[in-house]
Amino acid sequence: MNVLQQLVNGLSLGSIYALLALGYTMVYGIIKLINFAHGEIYMLGAFIGYYVANNFGFGLVLTLLTSMIICAILGMLIEFLAYRPLRNSTRIAALITAIGVSFLLQSLMIYFVGADTRPYPQLMKNITYDLGIFQISKIQIVIIVTSLFLMLLLQFIVQQTKMGRAMRAASVDPEAAQLMGINVNYTISFTFALGSSLAAAGGVLIGLYYNSIDPMMGVAPGLKAFIAAVFGGIGIIPGAALGGFAIGIIETVVSALGFTAYRDAVVYLILIIVLLVKPSGLLGKNIKEKV
Amino acid sequence: MKERLKINGIWLAIMVVIFAILAITYSTGLMSPVVETTLVMIGINIILAAGLNLVIGISGQFSLGHAGFMAIGAYTTAIMTIKMPSIVGFLIGLVLGCILSGIVALLVGIPTLRLSGDYLAIATLGVSEIIRSLIMNMDQITNGPAGLFGIPPFVTWSMVYLFVCITLILITNYIHSAAGRATLSVRENLIAAESMGVNVTKYKVVAFVIGAMTAAVAGGMYSSYVQTIVPGNFDFMKSIDILIIVVFGGVGSMTGTVVAAVLLGMLNMYLQDFGAIRMIIYAFALVIIMIFKPSGLLGTKEFSVKKLLSKGGKQHV
Repeated sequence: MNVLQQLVNGLSLGSIYALLALGYTMVYGIIKLINFAHGEIYMLGAFIGYYVANNFGFGLVLTLLTSMIICAILGMLIEFLAYRPLRNSTRIAALITAIGVSFLLQSLMIYFVGADTRPYPQLMKNITYDLGIFQISKIQIVIIVTSLFLMLLLQFIVQQTKMGRAMRAASVDPEAAQLMGINVNYTISFTFALGSSLAAAGGVLIGLYYNSIDPMMGVAPGLKAFIAAVFGGIGIIPGAALGGFAIGIIETVVSALGFTAYRDAVVYLILIIVLLVKPSGLLGKNIKEKV
Repeated sequence: MKERLKINGIWLAIMVVIFAILAITYSTGLMSPVVETTLVMIGINIILAAGLNLVIGISGQFSLGHAGFMAIGAYTTAIMTIKMPSIVGFLIGLVLGCILSGIVALLVGIPTLRLSGDYLAIATLGVSEIIRSLIMNMDQITNGPAGLFGIPPFVTWSMVYLFVCITLILITNYIHSAAGRATLSVRENLIAAESMGVNVTKYKVVAFVIGAMTAAVAGGMYSSYVQTIVPGNFDFMKSIDILIIVVFGGVGSMTGTVVAAVLLGMLNMYLQDFGAIRMIIYAFALVIIMIFKPSGLLGTKEFSVKKLLSKGGKQHV
């Protein structure tokens, strides 16, 4: 087994998790909601990509963009219809609503497009490059480069733009932000749009990578991405990226060592150990509760 | 103490009356097999949700790993009854599953219950997935992903009913005991409780262990009733199913849990006829109910015999 090879495979899987984890972490950071419907946005993103690529013959960039834009709108719509009415109720009620939305999207998709797995349109010719010490396929390069580009873009939006500043302010203290003239509802909408578009990009990329999509595909990666977000410290953007890559690499390495069946168990075990040592995740700060 | 005995007596009488009504419908043949299955599933869900409500609603710890403990109970009982196909074997399995689940909960609970809120949720979710993963991989004992089948059936609707009553009586009495009040104080304000000398960790762990043990009992009954179990029965979605019952009924309200389990069970039965759109209706109902009644059906209200006795006098907690 080649260590470098596994690292490359882990990185490409991990960047998908990271894209998803960013959405979880941003939403959690701003409204403290574990958005369980996030994995379904990823699934929808993959399906939208499937339809536009098949019916309109869009190329990779155009497919990605269409899917991201539609999912951004969808994310805002879900936030507006399902989560906004619950803004002031208990967090557990919001959580159940998120689970309900996730069930709803899954079952609607199963009802309308069928539960069977379908092959993904090949948007590009896949070539495997042999670099001597490891092999890398064109799709893997596209996945890693696109994800890194999107992550950097997100980092730029959050750190440098006015909207990003509003997001950061609203996540620290929504009420104070409101007092300072920030439209918190608008900011939350924007956060959902950003997160959902990243998930959509992840969905299209995973469709290319595994060449198969189905309406239930969002469940497991959704959970993994949430774990990735917790792993890195939920609410922290670089933490989510780090967590995503870490989970991807751990998974690939455990599989490569021949423990495929124990893959998920190992991921969870490492997560629990991390949480016990650093209860707020790898990059999180421990904040003592005030009395 | 005497008063509690009296209240328990009245509860017992109510339970006997309900049992009598059910027994009459059963003996007159009014109860179809579908209804009977629904009844058993409702009962099992009540046991599961009551245990989880003790953890979430009373001690205020957010656990997402209930299905894992159910799996321990289900597999232990199943393996025991296959090895020893008699009612004694079944009961031994049930007790063993209960003990095993309690031990696992204790081992897991002591370190993880230091975590708070969502971190605890994800840790318990992890624990339950690890349990499921182990079950999947212990081929010799659990038959791996293929699951166990041909489990001898010993569970009848009346036995489930009996266990539901026992669980509810035990849990409500625990809530009203001194330990239960301490547990409630942990939920209300951890720091205040700690400064009043309440051993916070101890009560969290006790609630968690009781929850795990009741889940194991429910799991054992489930495996014996459906006669076939696969690891997939006890995945994350099962934990969510139980969580939905708890939240739907009202976090912290045992009455709510029972009402929600019955309503959701009946909803499930009637939705069977709708086939493909069943899940759509179910999910849609869930979202709508949460939006319009986010505190659950009964909030924290509790049907209380004591309050009825004192004719709406003192507020009963």
